[in-house]
Amino acid sequence: MKTYLRRHARSNKERYLNINLLLALLVLLLLIMVTLDLFNPRSAHAEYADVVINNYSDEAGMRPVVFPHWFHRIRFRCKVCHADLGFKFDAGGNDINMLKIIDGEYCGACHDGDIAWSVENCDLCHSGQPGTPTQVHGSTLQKLKTSPAADAK
Amino acid sequence: MKMTIHSLIKSGAVLCTVFMLILFTAGKSFSADPNTFNRLLAPASERNPPPPTDGIHDANGPGAAALQTPKTAFHDLPKSKSGNYIDWVKALDEKKISPRYDRLDPNAVPVVMDLNIVREVKGSMPNVVYPHKQHTEWLDCSNCHPAIFIPQKGANDISMAAILLGEKCGVCHGKVAFPVSECRRCHSQKKEKGSTKVKQQK
Repeated sequence: MKTYLRRHARSNKERYLNINLLLALLVLLLLIMVTLDLFNPRSAHAEYADVVINNYSDEAGMRPVVFPHWFHRIRFRCKVCHADLGFKFDAGGNDINMLKIIDGEYCGACHDGDIAWSVENCDLCHSGQPGTPTQVHGSTLQKLKTSPAADAK
Repeated sequence: MKMTIHSLIKSGAVLCTVFMLILFTAGKSFSADPNTFNRLLAPASERNPPPPTDGIHDANGPGAAALQTPKTAFHDLPKSKSGNYIDWVKALDEKKISPRYDRLDPNAVPVVMDLNIVREVKGSMPNVVYPHKQHTEWLDCSNCHPAIFIPQKGANDISMAAILLGEKCGVCHGKVAFPVSECRRCHSQKKEKGSTKVKQQK
């Protein structure tokens, strides 16, 4: 009986230790979050004119596409994509899908493994945070402090 | 039995302490200095961030880290005060960049038209000078005419409200080209004395 009690007591003590350890870790985590300011959700501050295209990606279980305008305008004039390749000036308004791309339309006109790297590099385009809505990042409407678009950031 | 009551009290006390700590830390983080600079503005240090930390790319994915960082590409390019913080027109003028005019031909020469359109504006702001030259360096006529601008004098009703909403000039300016905060880059021609309607009314 005595031994049973002693063992019981010890197991309780161990349980205390575990609870205390867990709580200590929780407090430590909180302190880290406070010092790193992780409580304040930061709005996205990506590059001006980065276009997020999420017409089908989320549904298909892929990360949405992020198109960096800045990277492409260093290499091509606007006219190449927006006149020759038929991209409308409308984020999400071009019905782009992978079949069209592999058939050489839209992005596929260059991303063919010749002018630019090819379609098997899925993750280079599909690199956005899941759930990010289709948008032109940093557009005037989006940046207004009082517009409905500002809430949707 | 004594043991369980004792343990209950003890764990309760610990939980209370933790709860108070949570409240304290959370309260501390939410009540940051209210008089900081850039309360509604991203600070300059956050401009041109690398893709993994820009809030749009997924840092946990394999792609974000492989992408070029804007700062690397922008290093030698002329700076501006807004947008990408790059003066793209100047960069092209100074041949700091040489974007292709044709998808395949690196030597294709753009069809540039040098024609300024002056638009007299109603208020006190200087008149708008629209340079075809800088625009045709980048764009084809068909990009703007006739869908966005009817190529005929007086046929286009343009307002700052429309531009802010992404129409007319706002199809590009405020989305990819320099934004409307750069007033003087368009409103660049000084009005003749007494030519504004404001003055005429006096």
